[in-house]
Amino acid sequence: MKPERVSITKEATKIVEQLQNKFGELIFHQSGGCCDGSAPMIFEKDDMYLDDSDVLLGQLVGVNYYMNIDQFEYWKHTHLTVDITEGRGSSFSLEIPLGLRFIIHSRLFTDEENEILNG
Amino acid sequence: MSYSKPQFKEKYGNFINGKFVDPVDGEYFDNKSPIDNSLIAKYPRSKKEDVQNAVDAANAAKEAWGNTSAAERAVMLNKVADIIEANLEEFALVETCDNGKAIRETINADIPLSIDHWRYFAAVIRAEEGTATELDANTLSMNIKEPLGVVAQIIPWNFPLLMLSWKMPPALAAGNCVILKPAEQTPSTATLLMEKIAAVFPPGVVNIIHGFGPEAGKPLASNSGVDKVAFTGETTTGQLIMQYASKNLNPVTMELGGKSPNIFFNSVMDEDDAFLDKAIEGAVLFAFNQGEVCTCPSRLLVQEDIYDAFMEKVIARTKAIVQTNPYDSSCMMGAQASNDQYEKILAYIKIGKEEGAKVLTGGNACKLEGEFANGFYIEPTILEGHNKMRVFQEEIFGPVLAVTKFKDEAEALEIANDTLYGLGAGVWTRDAHQLYQIPRAIKAGRVWVNCYHAYPAHAPFGGYKKSGFGRETHLMMMNHYRQNKNMLISYDKNKLGFF
Repeated sequence: MKPERVSITKEATKIVEQLQNKFGELIFHQSGGCCDGSAPMIFEKDDMYLDDSDVLLGQLVGVNYYMNIDQFEYWKHTHLTVDITEGRGSSFSLEIPLGLRFIIHSRLFTDEENEILNG
Repeated sequence: MSYSKPQFKEKYGNFINGKFVDPVDGEYFDNKSPIDNSLIAKYPRSKKEDVQNAVDAANAAKEAWGNTSAAERAVMLNKVADIIEANLEEFALVETCDNGKAIRETINADIPLSIDHWRYFAAVIRAEEGTATELDANTLSMNIKEPLGVVAQIIPWNFPLLMLSWKMPPALAAGNCVILKPAEQTPSTATLLMEKIAAVFPPGVVNIIHGFGPEAGKPLASNSGVDKVAFTGETTTGQLIMQYASKNLNPVTMELGGKSPNIFFNSVMDEDDAFLDKAIEGAVLFAFNQGEVCTCPSRLLVQEDIYDAFMEKVIARTKAIVQTNPYDSSCMMGAQASNDQYEKILAYIKIGKEEGAKVLTGGNACKLEGEFANGFYIEPTILEGHNKMRVFQEEIFGPVLAVTKFKDEAEALEIANDTLYGLGAGVWTRDAHQLYQIPRAIKAGRVWVNCYHAYPAHAPFGGYKKSGFGRETHLMMMNHYRQNKNMLISYDKNKLGFF
């Protein structure tokens, strides 16, 4: 079975579901760069223009998880777990008004996983 | 010298049309200090309606404001500078409380630099002129600068008053009305500034809207009553703002962070002198502002033949960083700006270790005692590894330095340019050829040569690659906030002869 690139904690799942009830279909996009960057951001499905430069890493609670292809090149050897923590971000991510932020925990793929996914 | 937490009101309003107003739906959010996680005050959780009110006020004011003379606008900008200067310590204290940074930084860097940016743009508009060119004996081409109208500015939390002072003065100097949204983590100095300067500008010229990105930032960035959006932040939000702006065919400027290389060639160790001392400090500047700087020199590249000796000094200097009460002037590095920042930085240190990076110093959260036990402190950390590791490629926005060695100039450049970003870079050498050739070969908008983290108003700042586009500070910033009116005048009495 193909290993997953991305997974999500129970606590973060609850928040995603809460946001789905309020906003409908959603996407995750992994941001890079300054300040509030290097964090997953969640938006209404049609809010962000996506194309071939956005790599689909997987689906979490029915939400597609995307990352820019250039960034993916530097990230692809790591597994990502989406979690939620108290915080305050200044991006447009929809969980921010809840006083929460999605964050990423990473681990290296095993050699075996790496071979299947990136080999 | 030690200060204590400044006094705040229970709650604050938005600043719209020359006065403080409550948010339309009456909702507020709690703003806390990262120093001890204590409440500062409540700020408006603005929505679309509040944003619209600010946009309407700015539009109503723009014609009269756009027609003021450069001399009048300069007087007002200088007044703002004088007011901040007269209250420097108060601004510094509020900034430290809100952002978490050490008081010695706000007193000596954030606030004085802010003052100077207001003065710089007041001076610039008195000195510059349009152009007039005689294209032929009977044809004159005149270029007149006109304001865009209403400008939306969205700024980050790492240098709250300074980022406001980078963005607002050039827009105002150019004759625009401004709606600025501070980051929700740090609304306090923008509010304090409005309290102090409320009477300086005509109503509607300067407006401040507080609130969250999806609720207030998005309606501001996508508003059709806005003529330009300037943003400092990260790539995904930058992309969204450009999308919204494309609907209105509005210009944007983007400053989106970096992963800046700081390169030390072997000649820095030729002498044990003041310059070497300066170079060591230059390497340790990754800890400036807790590493929460878009241009943080977060990748340290050291030539291999001096690596061990140089790093010994860098580690010793890093270990000497004092972390204590940020209100105390002995504090060298304060709190990270928020809990999620703190968690993110620790997660990066963890993946760095997993990827095989060696911890040369730090590597943990820093637990302060007493009232600061609930604050968000992290040890200045140096990780040794290679440039393909994620800690070398991603902006951690914390006091985490990733260090690697290089053999020669070619390898230094290869590593320096192997990044998605191109905002800042540092080059340190005693070799006159390297001084010029290496900076020219680095793909970044600002290369500091034998210095780092200097931000004079008179030098342009901005990114290459995924660090964004447009320039801030400096005269050239003005053209991001103006239209060019070309008047093509014929003094020829004779017709073309076509009809």
